[in-house]
Amino acid sequence: MSLIVCITADGPDSGAQVQPRFGRAPYFVFADTEKGTFEAVKNPFADAQGGVGPRAVQTVLDHGATALVTGQVGGNAASAIQASGIRACAFKGQGTVSAALAAFLAGELPSLL
Amino acid sequence: MKIVVASGKGGTGKTMVAANLGYVLSRDREVALVDCDVEEPNLHLFFPAETVDEAVTAENPVFDPALCTQCGACGKFCRYGAITVLRDRVLFFAELCHSCGGCRIVCPEGAVTETGRAIGKVSTAHPLPGLTLVSGFLNEGEVQAPGVVRAARAAAGEHPLIIQDASPGVACAVIETITGCDLCILVTESTPSGLHDLALAVEAVRMLSIPAGVVINRSDGRDEVATAFCREHDLPVLMTIPFGREIAAVQNRGGLVARDLPGFTEKFSALYADAVRLCGVKE
Repeated sequence: MSLIVCITADGPDSGAQVQPRFGRAPYFVFADTEKGTFEAVKNPFADAQGGVGPRAVQTVLDHGATALVTGQVGGNAASAIQASGIRACAFKGQGTVSAALAAFLAGELPSLL
Repeated sequence: MKIVVASGKGGTGKTMVAANLGYVLSRDREVALVDCDVEEPNLHLFFPAETVDEAVTAENPVFDPALCTQCGACGKFCRYGAITVLRDRVLFFAELCHSCGGCRIVCPEGAVTETGRAIGKVSTAHPLPGLTLVSGFLNEGEVQAPGVVRAARAAAGEHPLIIQDASPGVACAVIETITGCDLCILVTESTPSGLHDLALAVEAVRMLSIPAGVVINRSDGRDEVATAFCREHDLPVLMTIPFGREIAAVQNRGGLVARDLPGFTEKFSALYADAVRLCGVKE
């Protein structure tokens, strides 16, 4: 079954570093595990004043992702993620988007919420 | 007449000026002091008294699940991130809502109605014979400071002499506070950050066409940079308050320098007279 995983990143491709912040990550990279493709979306709320968490969750949902890999999320984002049923996993430390995806698929990432 | 005391930088002494001005003027006329620094109101600390409180509410959307099709129009419209549209329902984050009403307007199904929700309160007190004190309090975590400012200003009504204490900076709540005032007293310090923020405040009052004058607080006697700035911007320097241990001590125990230190009653009376005259406002 196809699975779309959203990974927060500093750049627009699979080689970019994972960005530990969720709502203010510069890019959301959507990995399609069946097709093996990566689609990057520039985060329009990266510099917004407030309310970025729920809007970032909306972006994740709108792109059909059912899993999220990031470093940390705020309170509002956490509520929205929980209500939406997205599976959120924590990627700590440094690494590329592809490395994070591999770790996620191997089941090595702990749940974030 | 409505006078607003504003400043760029927090902790400049704005509340001290408003409190003492209100105190001095209330000795021979009726004055309303309005604390519009609703995120951190502290005028009441100078004037302990019994208060009458009134809740301030803001309109928040309510989503009818029977009518909602999860089309996402409301969520796309909301620039404050207050609405997340899930596959089976709408999530609403009340503390992010600015009550713009846009979600109700854009909903194609008519699934959005509005209801009031408490976001703060307005307290009114009469701490001294000639003084009415109105304080706006925004609940912690809420974003709608302008709504509480509006309510506090409304509570002061058409009082003949109103002195408003604005919050620092030039954000929405400050604009809401100074709009429609007759005169603005800008409190500053002769420091680089004080002057930087004063420049922003000056721009704001100019944009709203409100005559303004400056009070230099915590002066060490070397205010050339500040006075040059005021000259350049055609701003009268109405008063200079020296930096002093005695003044700080009075402030720290919640006292009023105009009541507790000699000479300050006259200084604040003169500030009022000069402000009114220099700013060309008719009493």
